[in-house]
Amino acid sequence: MQRLLLAVDRLSTWIGQVFAWAIVLLTVMITGEVFSRYVLNEPHDWALNLQIMFYGTLFMMAGAYTLSKNGHVRGDVLYGFFRPRTQATLDLLLYFIFFLPGIIALTYAGWTYAQESLAIREKTFSATPLPLYPFKFIIPMAGFMLLLQGVVEIVRCVSCIRTGDWPSREPDVEEVDVEKLKQMVHVKDEDIAALDQYVVKEVTK
Amino acid sequence: MIRIRKELWFGFIIMGLIIAGTAVMLISADTITRGHLGLMMLALVVVAIMLGFPTAFTLMGMGMLFTWIAYDESITKTLDLMVQSAFKVMSNDVLISIPLFVFMGYLVERANLIEKLFRSLHLAMARVPGSLAVATLFTCAVFATATGIVGAVVTLMGLLALPQMLKGGYDIRLSAGVITAGGCLGILIPPSVLLIVYGATAGVSVVQLYAGAFFPGIMLAGLYILYVIVVAKLKPSLAPPLSAEARFVPLPPLTQRIADTVSNRALPALLAALKGPANQQVPTGHILRQLGITLLPALFFVLVAGFAYRSATAPLDEVVVSSSGDGSLSVPGGGLEEPARTGGGLQEPPAATGGLQEPPATTGGLQEPPTESGGLKEPPAAEALQKDAAPAGQLGEPPSAAATGSAAEPARVPAGKGYWIGLALGGVAMVAFYGMLSFQRLEVFKMLLTSFFPLMILILAVLGSIVFGLATPTEAAAVGASGGFLLAAAYRQLTMSVVKESVFLTAKTSAMVCWLFVGSAIFSAAFALLGGQELVEKWVLGMNLSKTEFLVLSQVIIFVLGWPLEWTEIIVIFMPIFIPLLDNFGVDPLFFGLLVALNLQTAFLSPPVAMAAFYLKGVAPKHVTLNQIFSGMLPFMGIQVLAIVLLYMFPAIGMWLPQVLYK
Repeated sequence: MQRLLLAVDRLSTWIGQVFAWAIVLLTVMITGEVFSRYVLNEPHDWALNLQIMFYGTLFMMAGAYTLSKNGHVRGDVLYGFFRPRTQATLDLLLYFIFFLPGIIALTYAGWTYAQESLAIREKTFSATPLPLYPFKFIIPMAGFMLLLQGVVEIVRCVSCIRTGDWPSREPDVEEVDVEKLKQMVHVKDEDIAALDQYVVKEVTK
Repeated sequence: MIRIRKELWFGFIIMGLIIAGTAVMLISADTITRGHLGLMMLALVVVAIMLGFPTAFTLMGMGMLFTWIAYDESITKTLDLMVQSAFKVMSNDVLISIPLFVFMGYLVERANLIEKLFRSLHLAMARVPGSLAVATLFTCAVFATATGIVGAVVTLMGLLALPQMLKGGYDIRLSAGVITAGGCLGILIPPSVLLIVYGATAGVSVVQLYAGAFFPGIMLAGLYILYVIVVAKLKPSLAPPLSAEARFVPLPPLTQRIADTVSNRALPALLAALKGPANQQVPTGHILRQLGITLLPALFFVLVAGFAYRSATAPLDEVVVSSSGDGSLSVPGGGLEEPARTGGGLQEPPAATGGLQEPPATTGGLQEPPTESGGLKEPPAAEALQKDAAPAGQLGEPPSAAATGSAAEPARVPAGKGYWIGLALGGVAMVAFYGMLSFQRLEVFKMLLTSFFPLMILILAVLGSIVFGLATPTEAAAVGASGGFLLAAAYRQLTMSVVKESVFLTAKTSAMVCWLFVGSAIFSAAFALLGGQELVEKWVLGMNLSKTEFLVLSQVIIFVLGWPLEWTEIIVIFMPIFIPLLDNFGVDPLFFGLLVALNLQTAFLSPPVAMAAFYLKGVAPKHVTLNQIFSGMLPFMGIQVLAIVLLYMFPAIGMWLPQVLYK
């Protein structure tokens, strides 16, 4: 079971990370466009539309990846202080009340929306029209990946309720990785521990 | 176990209050209308968010359910609304700058120049009272502005500055307060993601928000620094001066030899060494290199003076060139707008139309960067190195230097007095600078040159191009991200793993923020459909509030919401409710946004949920308690409240720059 969960995690992660590279393309593209506009005096009318498509694709396709790493923002007043079993019970309940209906609806609606767009071969309103329908297909695709990942999370909740512990996730790069930051600025744990003498001195003073 | 329960009680009490309030509202209403249903949904969603389920999906699910009710249970309409809301977020041309700014932040963070930045700043400020704390605040302000990542900045400063401050005999509380407060400055000082999120939600131009938040941000940082200096002056036991060895700047051996044989004054000594007897022991290449670095400020000064002189004497040509340039730029910008889908295209017009209608004003804007940056960049150099100057002198320096820049502007047309006064002042500053430039200070200057100035240039270039209308926030963000690449490359940190990490983190952070927008778009639509907005408006107007009362009330509500909710949630859920009310009280949404930004920053420092405290706790020595950190943050929270009051009493602090630039 755990292996299946991790396999889906990996799929979400892989897809999310592939699309994550869009940010580099986006950076290069906009910088290039700025150069082309200001230096070469050659603006492209399709550039903004393309940029927006890159941005939309980037964050939509990273949704499942973020979920698989537990990275969506949560209200943390209570949650962090609950025991894992309580956390899992609440999560499980809310996955069924909020997540599944919402995401299923979004995926289904997105699918029809994109189909309609495909049927008329929809294009952007600009001097150089770009096809718009592939961009709209991102909605059902992202929705489907989220749904898949959501099912995995539900299984995780059930497993946590049974065992009392959250099943493990594969590690991923974190925004604040204390160990890595320590390495970056060459601070060792001993150094921090050695500092304690100053703290104690000050307290007793 | 008892402590855990206490924490839980805090949340449960808030939750209970909300539910009780809703119940009272429903019972006291004569007839339960749809508007009441909307308000109930609002209360429910706050409770649901507090349960800890990912907020984006809570909003989505709740919004869908109530949309369905509002549409009289029509499934097709509900689905349409959902998918359209999602697509609106996907094609939002304001939010597009979020991943770019986030990416820039991660790259800059990983360029790993904070260590050097802190060291050079604290050496440069060694004579200021409370120098370590002031340098910490300075480092935080610069670094947090460039990266915008509170957690990383607080953690890094906890690793770098806290040990130094503790060893230097600083008070634990003061040290902790300085680090946590400084780390949060990036929330407010542009380019900040919070302002983009507010701009996208409230429909306020991000450009104007950036221009508006600039001075309040500087003011807040300035107040922090002032507070630390006053504390260090009044109670030196809390922040003792640095010991001589902590201030010691080792010289490279070759430079040491010149300093020993000739003199310790960098400029004359180097010139003398070039032809004098020391030349035999020190290679000429070394002397020339040092001389080159020594002369950089003078070169810079000459360049600025030259530019200012050119613009002062030949204003007419410039006007023609720049206005035509601007005009041609605004046309493609207009052509790209798609009213149907990209609603946020609002940011471009102000700058562009400004350029078309008022050529002289725009010229000023276009020409200002060189002079302005001169004014902004010079003082740190001069100030940082004039260690002997009293603190009051140091604080007084920037305005005078800024005056140097601005004095040259109005005089442009006649090229007269103002310019020459500015030039003379600058010249005096230069002479003073070289008079005091010892070899030790030259070393510090070299360190600043490789840490402080590149970051300042990056920030000022990004901000300047946005604020002066040269680039849209998106373009500036992308160029900033490219700058982040260059910075990381220049510091030899641009490895594959660094890029990979930054890319993946950017994807996760953007997904988090933007999916929240997808959820809230659906939720806000439901709230509007149910007519919750009208009910709120009726109530608020029924209370007969004055403008002041309304502002105070709204800020208090937002402050209280800052306990159970994160700033993203507060903005995306509650701003759509507050913004329509502003019109009734004659409040500018831009001004309101600045107040909200200051206010939400306070939430980062208010116990018991202050994130910054927990990040610091994670890297502090064992015996530093959370309570100590919290009590250290309190004075800074007080300063933030003071800043909000100041901004409220003197709106010009925030509104002056946008008004000058865009009206």
